[in-house]
Amino acid sequence: MGGLAVKKRILLIVTLLLSLITLTACQSSADRGESITIVGSSALQPLVEAAGEQYGSEHLGKFINVQGGGSGTGLSQIQEGAVAIGNSDVYAEEKRGIKADQLVDHRVAVVGITPVINKKVGVTDLSFAQLKAIFTGQVTNWREVGGHNLPIILVNRAQGSGTRVTFEKWVLRGAQAKQAQEQESTGMVRQIVATTPGAISYMAFSYVDKTVATINVAGVAPTEHNVTTNRWQIWSYEHMYTNGQPKGLTKDFIKYMYSDTIQEKMLPQLGYIPVGRMQIERNLNGQVTVPK
Amino acid sequence: MNVKQQDKLATGVLYTIASLIILVLASLLAFILIQGLPRVTWHFLTTPARSFEAGGGIGIQLFNSFYLLVLAMLISVPLSLGAGIYLSEYAKKNWLTSLIRTSIEILSSLPSVVVGLFGFLIFVIQFKFGFSILSGALVLTVFNLPLLTRNVEESLASISSMQREAGLALGLSRWETVTRIIVPEALPGITTGMILGAGRVFGEAAALIYTAGQSAPALDFTNWNPFYIASPLNPLRPAETLAVHIWKINSEGIMPDAVAVSAGASAVLIIAVLLFNLSARWFGQHLYQKMTSSGKKGA
Amino acid sequence: MDPIRESLLKVSHQAKLERRGRLLGLFCISLIVLVVAAIFYFVASHGLATFYHDKINLWDFLTKQAWNPGTKDSHGVPAVGALPMIVGSFLVTIFAALVATPFAIGAAIFMTEISPRRGMQILKPVTELLVGIPSVVYGFIGLTVVVPVIRQLFGGTGFGILAGTFVLFVMILPTVTSMSVDALQAVPRYYREASLALGATRWQTIYKVVLRSATPGLLTAIVFGMARAFGEALAVQMVIGNAALMPHNLVSPASTLTSILTMGIGNTIMGSLENNALWSLALILLLMSLVFNLLIRLIGRKGAMKS
Repeated sequence: MGGLAVKKRILLIVTLLLSLITLTACQSSADRGESITIVGSSALQPLVEAAGEQYGSEHLGKFINVQGGGSGTGLSQIQEGAVAIGNSDVYAEEKRGIKADQLVDHRVAVVGITPVINKKVGVTDLSFAQLKAIFTGQVTNWREVGGHNLPIILVNRAQGSGTRVTFEKWVLRGAQAKQAQEQESTGMVRQIVATTPGAISYMAFSYVDKTVATINVAGVAPTEHNVTTNRWQIWSYEHMYTNGQPKGLTKDFIKYMYSDTIQEKMLPQLGYIPVGRMQIERNLNGQVTVPK
Repeated sequence: MNVKQQDKLATGVLYTIASLIILVLASLLAFILIQGLPRVTWHFLTTPARSFEAGGGIGIQLFNSFYLLVLAMLISVPLSLGAGIYLSEYAKKNWLTSLIRTSIEILSSLPSVVVGLFGFLIFVIQFKFGFSILSGALVLTVFNLPLLTRNVEESLASISSMQREAGLALGLSRWETVTRIIVPEALPGITTGMILGAGRVFGEAAALIYTAGQSAPALDFTNWNPFYIASPLNPLRPAETLAVHIWKINSEGIMPDAVAVSAGASAVLIIAVLLFNLSARWFGQHLYQKMTSSGKKGA
Repeated sequence: MDPIRESLLKVSHQAKLERRGRLLGLFCISLIVLVVAAIFYFVASHGLATFYHDKINLWDFLTKQAWNPGTKDSHGVPAVGALPMIVGSFLVTIFAALVATPFAIGAAIFMTEISPRRGMQILKPVTELLVGIPSVVYGFIGLTVVVPVIRQLFGGTGFGILAGTFVLFVMILPTVTSMSVDALQAVPRYYREASLALGATRWQTIYKVVLRSATPGLLTAIVFGMARAFGEALAVQMVIGNAALMPHNLVSPASTLTSILTMGIGNTIMGSLENNALWSLALILLLMSLVFNLLIRLIGRKGAMKS
């Protein structure tokens, strides 16, 4: 009977595959190469991914798996010890529910964040007070801050997103942001700001392109140089957290992240600022020190 | 207005609705294809993606999508067949069965995000499968099982009870009647359901972001040993699928040609689903003829 | 022992097969039930923590309008009012179903009653194909086509309930259509023949006989579509604007349970109030899908009694 033969064949394939899966799960790690998983911040993801790919091609049999998921996921998972490295845009201390003392911070890059506006707004410079008034909803028309007669449309990132936390920390300084549109990703924010008249939002320097316009804040332009001197204050470190001191492949990879090939060649290419170029240091509480 | 005119009018309205739907659907497809097809070349289909330079392809993502689909269907088809057969042929009509049915249907309307997070905490973290094809396949199974089970049950229930009586009268056990007579007879319906399920699996992104992962490490297509980590067959490697890739480049892509890549990938995805539909339909027909001897070349 | 007695007392091959098959089926079904139970437990344990562990009042959660779990209001209670999302979810779902229903049933009638050959050859494959389009692509089209058009027509940002409705309408159309087709096809042929023999026109037959007797099936299709719409996340999230505000009109940014849930979950820490509040939203989604299913049940039972 044809049907029976088909059934037997299917059964055989299923059995083979199931055994294959079990076998793969049981084997020792030696013959399948070595790998670590890195999870977290989507702002840091492109950099680590690119660095991981390069690392993999230079070191055969070693694999760096990089996943996004947001800073919260990165910190949760590194705290649980479920991954090797957790990426975050914010200090672990800033997130409630994280026991930061177990985690070791590796600041691998700096990211500048700039307000971006739709090109037809007609504003090039805003003071911190004006910016704050806009994002808290006290100012609702661009006319009030020297632009065209257009209603202001706020576009926020999701609550708890690293970019938003950083922006609100340095611009709102504790004030409550007005409840408005929220978007999950920078790509979406950029598209919305580019196409919606009167829209304003914020994003990392690396995502700014010609479809949106940046503004100077209190006369300071959003440039890498201004970030390194802290004249442009809206910036954050990009953290790679490990649970305890890193060992083995994790240690090697973090060392690789600090190497010149990554810091001096890859970071600028991708729009991140190398930590080594910073002329100042800023701690968790925002105190700025000039290293010797 | 008399009934004849009413009839004409209603027919006209129905024709309009049908053509309107076709119009909407066709323009949807045309939009995707026109935007994406110029990008689709052999090179695009076979090269790996680039994370920050122009000129990346979708080769690995395409392979991952198919491999994940095959694995997910391998797990979910037998399970849903068994469950569907049980529900349709064996289950007694009581509150317990009713409870089971309800719970299965609830599963089918759960947002995929919730299923994905469940899979993340259970398969990725608890079972330590990591971000892997296996985790992805299991989550897709959870996601797909209710729909498939429901479909199998309905297909079986639509077969007339005379067939069952005939089987039993021949001295076959109930199990044999079901597997040898009822299932082959219901096969076209079952295959259609499986195709729809496969389409859903193929296009699913939200459930996979946290399970199969969003990275597509380079694969070594010369090494087919499933134990080697860069082998295409290794079920424990992370695997970004086509749908996840589209989601990712739309949200955080920093390559200069992100829009073109996403349009191209969408077009490929739709063509793949189309091809898959057609071949599965043909396969279902073929199998039906072979198993029920209803075709010209019966077994 | 004599062979007849032996063959009568021994468990036959068939009986063994039967038992094995039955067990196999039972195993599959219990596995599924186990998964459902696990998900239920999982969502409920996280979702209820908001009320037990973080001491949020359930009534406040359901009726307050401020959603900002990270901050506290004037009484020192975290601002977790889910009403805007609940309203948003219901509005897009109901509107999408209202728009999709006539189209889906019309198309289904066309496929089964008016022009089965063309319908089955063109319409059916196309609808099945649409199921395979990922929601991301729907969202992307919504963002690049629907939102700008709405902005041109009605002003504002274009994001909102209307854009969400439109995207959901297109998304649930295939599902509702194909289920409606099944419902209509299940109407016995002799109903139609009898009606036509009585001298009714085709439309009278459809309207007075076929649609009436297929009503439970059609209702099931619609409710099923609504359940889909209620749970859809990515596509809606891209076009609705995700502002946790009560929607004032159809074109102001609003939010749904799923959109807030998807957006926030990666940015919160497991076990924190922010995270638990999101799981409470998931719990509402779960309970709603329970309600939808009970509704389908109820409709099915009513239909079964009539025939």
